[in-house]
Amino acid sequence: MSKGDKAAEIRRLMATEGPAIEENTKGFNRRRREAVADLENYEELRTRAREIKEDAIDRLPELIDELRESVEANGGHLYVADDPEDANRYVRNVVADNGAERVVKSKSMTTEELEVNDALEADGVDVVETDLGEWVVQLADETPSHLIAPAIHRSRESIADLFREVFDPDDPPETADELTTFARNRLGELIRDADVGVTGANFVTADSGTMALVTSEGNARKCAVAPDTHVAVAGVEKVIPSTDDLSPFLELLARSGTGQDLTAYVSLLTPPVDSPTLDFDDDETPLSERGSDREFHLVLVDNGRMAMREDDQLRETLYCIRCGQCSNSCANFQHVGGHAFGGETYSGGIGTGWEAGIEGLDTAAEFNDFCTGCSRCVNGCPTKIDIPWINTVVRDRVNRGTEPEGYDFLVEGLTPDEEPGGLDLDKRLFGNFETLAKLGSATAPVSNWLADTGPARWALERVAGVDSRRDLPEFQRETLVDWFRNRVSTVSDPTREAVLYPDVYTNHVQVERGKAAVRVLEALGVSVRIPSMPSSGRAPLSQGMIATAEAHAHDVYGALAEHVDAGRDVVVIEPSDLAMFEREYERFLADASVERLQEHSYEIMEYVYGLLENGADADALRGGDGHEVAYHAHCQQRTLGLEAHTTAVLEALDYDVVTSDVECCGMAGSFGYKDTYYELSMDVGDDLAEQFSTAETRDRTVVASGTSCLEQLDALLARPSRHPVELVAPR
Amino acid sequence: MATTTTNPTISTFEDALDELGVDLTRTAADEFAATLDDVVRDPAVGVPLPFDVAYPDSVTVDPTPAALERAETGVTPASFGVANYGSVLLPSTADGAEPVSLYPELHVPVVRASDVLPDLPEALDRFGDVARENGASTVVATGPSATADMGELVLGAHGPEAVHVVMLDE
Ligand code: SF4
Repeated sequence: MSKGDKAAEIRRLMATEGPAIEENTKGFNRRRREAVADLENYEELRTRAREIKEDAIDRLPELIDELRESVEANGGHLYVADDPEDANRYVRNVVADNGAERVVKSKSMTTEELEVNDALEADGVDVVETDLGEWVVQLADETPSHLIAPAIHRSRESIADLFREVFDPDDPPETADELTTFARNRLGELIRDADVGVTGANFVTADSGTMALVTSEGNARKCAVAPDTHVAVAGVEKVIPSTDDLSPFLELLARSGTGQDLTAYVSLLTPPVDSPTLDFDDDETPLSERGSDREFHLVLVDNGRMAMREDDQLRETLYCIRCGQCSNSCANFQHVGGHAFGGETYSGGIGTGWEAGIEGLDTAAEFNDFCTGCSRCVNGCPTKIDIPWINTVVRDRVNRGTEPEGYDFLVEGLTPDEEPGGLDLDKRLFGNFETLAKLGSATAPVSNWLADTGPARWALERVAGVDSRRDLPEFQRETLVDWFRNRVSTVSDPTREAVLYPDVYTNHVQVERGKAAVRVLEALGVSVRIPSMPSSGRAPLSQGMIATAEAHAHDVYGALAEHVDAGRDVVVIEPSDLAMFEREYERFLADASVERLQEHSYEIMEYVYGLLENGADADALRGGDGHEVAYHAHCQQRTLGLEAHTTAVLEALDYDVVTSDVECCGMAGSFGYKDTYYELSMDVGDDLAEQFSTAETRDRTVVASGTSCLEQLDALLARPSRHPVELVAPR
Repeated sequence: MATTTTNPTISTFEDALDELGVDLTRTAADEFAATLDDVVRDPAVGVPLPFDVAYPDSVTVDPTPAALERAETGVTPASFGVANYGSVLLPSTADGAEPVSLYPELHVPVVRASDVLPDLPEALDRFGDVARENGASTVVATGPSATADMGELVLGAHGPEAVHVVMLDE
């Protein structure tokens, strides 16, 4: 798909499916926050879930052997299928051997992946989805738009329209109750004389051959036990060692996804089950006398998973329990949903990992860019998967697979990166922002004036996909480092020594916030240094340029180690850079190095908070006197749990603070600059703009912690915004 | 509802059921039939209970599929209760406990007070022993069947729209 087509598709989905998706996912999130807050041992459960998954994937071949013994001892069959054809052949044979005319199915992403329905329908079998949402999707001939809520993109009205179209009922159902009753009755009839039931399996335990099926409607129970033949289809990664391991997952699954404590029905089936089958043709024999002659087949599917298991970066994807949290908490997903933010089958945050492993890089590449790396999904993943990292890895692999596009000569010298020549030009440009910034400052104001001219903007858009509707950053002629070099410290008797890390934006663009930070630190008795430093590598990392980012990590650590050794604190203004030190550097540096760096690094307002807590004189800063402020924290700062410090400092200084609670400003660095995503970025940003335009907030001074957020807020609101440190700095 | 509870597990269970919108009636074994008579909606079907209690005449025990289809209420035993979630563990048995608990609009699980366990790990621990030994199956049921697929939360999708737990004090 060309970039223009993609932008048009995004625009279409934002308008048609976006509103329903946003409302539903936000409801899930709200309930999730409440449900998780109620859970005393939430973190313990996540740790336990992670451990079980690590162990299970590690020992998978051996567990499958054990499972085979358990299933066969119970009288069922286990088949491990290599790929979709293999799996479908097996399922078709079972259906054919039973002479089945109708198969009822309970929602399963794995059968979507295999396209089991198409395979059976080609054999003339009537296949009926029984999950109400999945049934809607089937009737509309669509694909699911969410891992657990397949019809989340449809409003009640659009479902009512669909039913009217398909069934032309005398008395068309309108309300949610009526629609449910209508569906229940229709499906009840169809289940009644189905011959085979097909379900997925959320978990399968090797020790007993028990499978867990989680549903709230009860349809999986009906599909599994109403017909006498049950076929369960699941990815090999669903196998866990024992029934004892089920509880952390069951306690986390619904909470993470929809915010329920426990889904209404968790069937723990050790098939073939004893339950009598329901034969309504002979409906006068009491249930207890019917006996059961049941057949059970468990089909475990590899389809790329065993290779993912061997892949050090993609392996974590197999720990996913498909709760859907990473879709719900994603601001971009909230606005476009899984039909844009998804591949052949899987969508949302972890969708990229799944599609890369199962379908291949091409499919994953189509929606990989939607992940801006904001990291808002990270703390909610029940198995602690670093979802943004998987997206970054896939982006890197996609970059490496790309053919050269021929504009390279234009950025020659601008791209001193470690990346292969085929990398997209826009990624190269944003990935090498540091070089651009240096050049920009060196030639400012000419560079700014030039960049703003029509022809330059046209060229930037044409060549590098930089949307001309977005204001470019304005480079300052005098960088923060240069300004600081000619300055005499005002602190004679320092309590602490700190290195203020000159991130690219603070150094070249947001120089004022850097100066304000110096004034704040010095006013609180801290002796400050601002040595020239390499950039953190955030920019190349966000473009998937991992090798370049890693090179930066080594350089930064090299430059900071001496200061850390000398007992100096490292104070970081740009939250996304601090997040590099705290999260991604763990991938690049030796454990001891990264620990040392983390231990001594602080976000600027977190540091101020600490100084005040330790007795520094708050009166040295500019007090608020009740001044009304609207504050938007940076998403990565929130993931690190550092949002509260800013609020606490502002409140201690007598500012009246309200905070935004949107997931993301919609900008996330380069994302909002790219012409493919500009409109989505603004649409996401609208939620933030709205929060800061209510009667309560519209006259408040706007402050934000991240560079991107500040740029986005400037684009969204008529009034200016700035960093909180500028607010409290003495003049 | 009895208000003399002192057992913290039982009161947790009561609170959890209350939050789920599930009714609870406590009864002694000798009053069971009369209690159940008040709880069920006609026509009612049930499967044999492994407790020392008698069914009232209003409940058809060991129904035919035809009776099951007509029934408004299904009564089944629960092997355990899970106090903190208000869940009941419903064993799938050869006498049809699974469909009887699933098809009628009202489901009445009968659980002994002494079988109410504090939490899910404990319940799964008990279940695991029987699953490994003789391939048992069970449903952990928490509140009524529900769906949010039609635009808002609706109770009673494929399963019961209401649950009324009867707890046997012994
Ligand atoms: S990656 Fe984690 S949060 Fe996302 S669906 Fe999987 S388990 Fe849920």
